[in-house]
Amino acid sequence: MYKYDEYDQQMVDTRVAEFRDQVRRRLAGDLTEDQFKPLRLQNGLYLQLHAYMLRVAVPYGTLNSAQMTLLGDIADKYDRGYGHFTTRQNIQYNWIKLEDTPDILAELAKVEMHAIQTSGNCIRNISSDQFAGAAADEIVDPRPYAELLRQWSSFHPEFLVLPRKFKIAVIASEKDRAAMRLHDIGIKMVRNDAGEIGAQFYAGGGMGRTPMIAPLIRDFVPLDQLITFSEACLRVYNRYGRRDNKYKARIKILVHELGRDEYVRQVEEEFAHLLTQPIEPPLAELERIKAHFTGPDFDAGAADDLDLTDPDFRLWVERNTHAHKQAGYVIATVSLKPVGGIPGDATADQIRLMAKLAKDYSFDELRVTHAQNIVFPHVRKADLYTVWQALDEAGLATANLDTVGDIIACPGLDYCSLANARSIPVAQKISERFGSAQRQAEIGELKLKISGCINACGHHHAGHIGILGVDKKGLENYQLLFGGSEGADTSLAKIIGPGFTEDGVVDAIEKATEVYLANKQGEERFLDTYRRIGMDPFKEAIYG
Amino acid sequence: MVDVQFRFRDDETVNDPAVTVDSFSEQSNATAVRLEPGDDARELLPHLDRLSLIEVSFPAWTDGRGYSSARILREAGYAGEMRAVGDLVIDMLHHLRRCGFDAFAPDKALNEEDARTAFDRWENVYQATVVDGRPAIWAKRHPA
Repeated sequence: MYKYDEYDQQMVDTRVAEFRDQVRRRLAGDLTEDQFKPLRLQNGLYLQLHAYMLRVAVPYGTLNSAQMTLLGDIADKYDRGYGHFTTRQNIQYNWIKLEDTPDILAELAKVEMHAIQTSGNCIRNISSDQFAGAAADEIVDPRPYAELLRQWSSFHPEFLVLPRKFKIAVIASEKDRAAMRLHDIGIKMVRNDAGEIGAQFYAGGGMGRTPMIAPLIRDFVPLDQLITFSEACLRVYNRYGRRDNKYKARIKILVHELGRDEYVRQVEEEFAHLLTQPIEPPLAELERIKAHFTGPDFDAGAADDLDLTDPDFRLWVERNTHAHKQAGYVIATVSLKPVGGIPGDATADQIRLMAKLAKDYSFDELRVTHAQNIVFPHVRKADLYTVWQALDEAGLATANLDTVGDIIACPGLDYCSLANARSIPVAQKISERFGSAQRQAEIGELKLKISGCINACGHHHAGHIGILGVDKKGLENYQLLFGGSEGADTSLAKIIGPGFTEDGVVDAIEKATEVYLANKQGEERFLDTYRRIGMDPFKEAIYG
Repeated sequence: MVDVQFRFRDDETVNDPAVTVDSFSEQSNATAVRLEPGDDARELLPHLDRLSLIEVSFPAWTDGRGYSSARILREAGYAGEMRAVGDLVIDMLHHLRRCGFDAFAPDKALNEEDARTAFDRWENVYQATVVDGRPAIWAKRHPA
């Protein structure tokens, strides 16, 4: 994985000094809270309902064990002993003291980490495929391109005060595991007819109040124009994105109001102009970065069979592992969704244990997924049982990946000052209702996503089943949506009817799964059956 | 008229009153113009050789359109004074410089020492804006 050189290290160290200075001025009263807010947000520091929350960047979701260990230590030392992995592959701490933040950032800088641009109206952490470098179906490893973009977007002077936040995802396989078209810019690395690698650009996707799927804006950007083209996309947005209404300020609204073709015309015009400016790093820089991602030294003779006699292990292997490009290895996902737990939470001890297992059994690498789980990307099949046993002892071996128990949920009204309803208790009740592993296995893949308000941090628009918490005359009420997907078959979920109470929504989901099982044909997933038979049979069962 | 607090030019400060973009197009003798966030900087491109001052207004520092305006004008070869005017904050001074601003007239005077620290904060930069003449880190990594 990428290793900082003296320049990268100097940049994060300088940022720590700058932020320390900002906190000093804030505590001395030289900065009001109003003045300080946009500055602290650029460094991932939010003020929530009860305390400050610090969001630490995990660029394209990749971590080594030293970094992961420190994340556990920070949870102990500065928080209440746990961390929360987020839908943008980051980690956040919910109980942080303002005066501690410069020291936390200084500790992070020592292991090449930071909180730069993890919030605020700027280009956020670049996300990617959590199986990058390990997936059997990728064209190339997308992370070198994400790293090139990370450096370009860090402190980009022209794009630090955009109309609104700006999220970029980079993938490199047909199967989209990063919800690429639900980003402000989605980039898919492709190979053209001449066999050259380049980038396909999508722009104007997003969730929030007005969910939109990003249209394709350019079929092929050559690698030596990647930064220039990105800069053109951003400049048109910075100049013409709406600033009169924060709910209409995302690039998706600009692309929608201008129309895809007009946005493309303006970007191409700006691109033609920017090509005259020497702003593009040489290909040698991309090669330098790529050399950090050559991949581990796999054992070509690693045994390719697994002893599945232990039934619990077998269930976990079937549910939580994926094919690796290298024979004898698997990709293993650790579910952070135990029955009745808080989605994405891990204790300091669990975080350190995962770090140690990655060091011993996954070439020192971990990934954070946008579904709030942790991945060991390169585990030898011969080691898998040992890894599973260690996870099981730590309560980390829940076999529910992509099932109804593997819920994405935002922090909701338990923490967030924007929320209208709680998300976490609903997630807990659903995971308890469907707690039996057999039952989850019977229902199979069912992506369930919960947001506590229309800002959609819990991705409810992209859930096979989505839940949206709203405030109805002072009471928490939950709307149910069906039919969303974030994969290569991206679609937006639709509201099925009137909302429910907290318990009512759990009952409704149970009925929906019964309708699915009664109508399922062959290997259909819930989503496939829903798409085939439509909403009516579900509505009848739920409201009838 | 706000005072220029910081200036990175050797020539005389321009004191001509800056006119709006609309009236500028009607006054063929005006040498100073003031761009508001919603103005299109490219409307000035045919007239750059007669301009000696462009003021770019920041009614609120969180409106970042002026950064693009300044850079576009510099990219087109404008060499006169580019003055940031309005709600300027210490922590953005360095980034304004990088986009081509060389004079700063904040509504409220900024703490001198903190501002100087901010201007000099970043020894290296990840991007080439070209208009500030600074080599990007990637250029230092791969000397020609």
